[in-house]
Amino acid sequence: MKFRAKIIDVGCLNHFTRVVNTVSRLTKACVLRLTCDHLYFVLSGRVASGGVSMWCELSQGNFFDEFQLEGVSADANEIFLEVAPENLSRALKTAQNAKSVKIKLTKKSCPCLTLAAELPSLSSVSRVVTHDIPVDVIPRRLWHDFREPQMPDFDVSIYLPPLKTMKSVVDRMKNLSNYLVLEANLNGEMNLKIDTDLVSVTTHFKELGNPPWGDDGSQSSSPAHRDPDLMAEARVEIRKLQQFLTGQQVNPSRAMCNIVDRRILHLIFLHEDVSLQYFIPAVV
Amino acid sequence: MDCVATGGNVKVLAKAIHSLSRIGEELYLEPLEDGLALRSVNSSRSAFACFLLSPLFFQRYQTPSDQSFRCKMPIKSVQAVFKSLASLDRSVEKCRIQLNSEKNRLTITLHCKHGLLKTHNLSYQECEGLQAVFDKESCANVLQAQPRLMVDTVLHFPPSLEEVNLSVSSDRVWLRNHVEDDADSSRAMMTELCLSSEEFDHFAVGSQTSVTFCLKELRGLLVFAESSGLPVSLYFDEPGSPVILSVTDSVLEANFVLATLSEDSHPKNHVNTKHPDTEQPPDDFMSDDMDSFLIAMETSELPVPSHVPTSPPRPTSYRKHSFSEEEEEEEEALAEGPPNKKFCSLFFGSVLPTPSHLPNQTMQSQEVLASDSEDENQTETS
Repeated sequence: MKFRAKIIDVGCLNHFTRVVNTVSRLTKACVLRLTCDHLYFVLSGRVASGGVSMWCELSQGNFFDEFQLEGVSADANEIFLEVAPENLSRALKTAQNAKSVKIKLTKKSCPCLTLAAELPSLSSVSRVVTHDIPVDVIPRRLWHDFREPQMPDFDVSIYLPPLKTMKSVVDRMKNLSNYLVLEANLNGEMNLKIDTDLVSVTTHFKELGNPPWGDDGSQSSSPAHRDPDLMAEARVEIRKLQQFLTGQQVNPSRAMCNIVDRRILHLIFLHEDVSLQYFIPAVV
Repeated sequence: MDCVATGGNVKVLAKAIHSLSRIGEELYLEPLEDGLALRSVNSSRSAFACFLLSPLFFQRYQTPSDQSFRCKMPIKSVQAVFKSLASLDRSVEKCRIQLNSEKNRLTITLHCKHGLLKTHNLSYQECEGLQAVFDKESCANVLQAQPRLMVDTVLHFPPSLEEVNLSVSSDRVWLRNHVEDDADSSRAMMTELCLSSEEFDHFAVGSQTSVTFCLKELRGLLVFAESSGLPVSLYFDEPGSPVILSVTDSVLEANFVLATLSEDSHPKNHVNTKHPDTEQPPDDFMSDDMDSFLIAMETSELPVPSHVPTSPPRPTSYRKHSFSEEEEEEEEALAEGPPNKKFCSLFFGSVLPTPSHLPNQTMQSQEVLASDSEDENQTETS
């Protein structure tokens, strides 16, 4: 197993750092899956994570100038590592003005992802800062736990309102209730609702637009058959939704959510070369 | 005592005090012929800092008639006087420090714009001197760098990092986070920064060395150095000997002395020979190690709650409490103890010329006060 990669472009470095920062705000530990073309940060829905799962996909070519991978075996040319994204975030933080950043899979007292940044210095010799981030190599027999999640058969798919607005609404609602209902229909209407003994608050969004899922996506009932005014809803823990919205460092070029009525809230953020999917299970 | 600092020096004075507050809870003040000495030490006696402000730093500098006046006070109360650095800059024209020995008060008066006077009366406690024994000139290795370099270096390490290891070779300097050798260490993230000797203003390395010390206390000096723009000098020797960081200009000298991890379990104690008679332990301490330097420090101070178990009593530590064994084990189990479990304590010699100090002699300054009151009683009754 071998992995070496290098970033020389400052813009790429900053962008990669922002993605890692976002992931680190969503989870303390996740799986980093490396293939020849992509990097994936994966959190599989487990009881420990409260049922949320995450899938973040980056196209390697958009970040790295050099990328060499030798996977577990010829027919399984991938590497799965369990890592604490916060460590990666911390290592990248002080390397933002680096001339180059190299990432390698190494073996110190345990397997590590070693990040070496060449920094500008006052002399002819560059400063080098090296971070050894301990990782766990995930054996092949467990890889199936970290497959790409299938697009669920959603009932409604809708574009989200501006993140900033949505975040401030959710922040305020969090003070009043632990659970929030997100409902939307195929008419571009979305409501965020909380309902407690003391108070009920609903925020209405209109004209959001619905993504056109064609042959790519799968839908249980095509737009023609579903009543456009019929709401699909998911009642979720506000904390989880808030955590997701707060973590975003970059305004996505596209933000949408798919709702499987009373089952799952599937949030999808697309930004240039990065896609981030977050699944929040609905509670009763 | 009457000292007056004016203009920009008021802010420098304030910054010195803020730097010292990063070390310990108390500020030790001693007006000397050479200048005003402001000192602080941390609770585990592994970090010591001293700012010596020369008479030229002040517009007016008058030492008290009592040549041996020394006092200490909670540093928070002094910090409160110099609270907002920005407003100090804007409004304070002059700062006057006077000693009111009848009332046992240190009066700090800030003369501000528009004729405003802010007077602070701080109570102090007279005490014996506090001085770590160190000798910069005898250190084998000396580095000097612009504060910016030091600050940039330290940035790579998380603020919570306690211990850092500094290694030097003939042309390189490495800074690494130090991780305790225990079960968790293999899972810790390791960071290493490598600098070329060319980045330093001065680079004199006697031999390849590696010392480990506490980073946290260093940050106080770096903040001061960065704002003053003065280069920082680093003096160090072999492991066990303290690291000294120094910032100097024509009117002030700041020294931060940090204990380093010794390689073997016994703290280096070559200064023991200078004060052989200070080996008698004070009542509170049952030290079996070569702790006389610590003892010497303790005997030179009034008994303050320094026996609060701030450091876990591991066998290699310089501090051991007379608690039961169980309590010791319990404290050992606390992983949250201060990092310098194995650090050598710094040697603190008493400033008084008499070498022998038995525990009851710490009461000397108090005894003086007591005897006054006795006299008073006598005069009253007689």
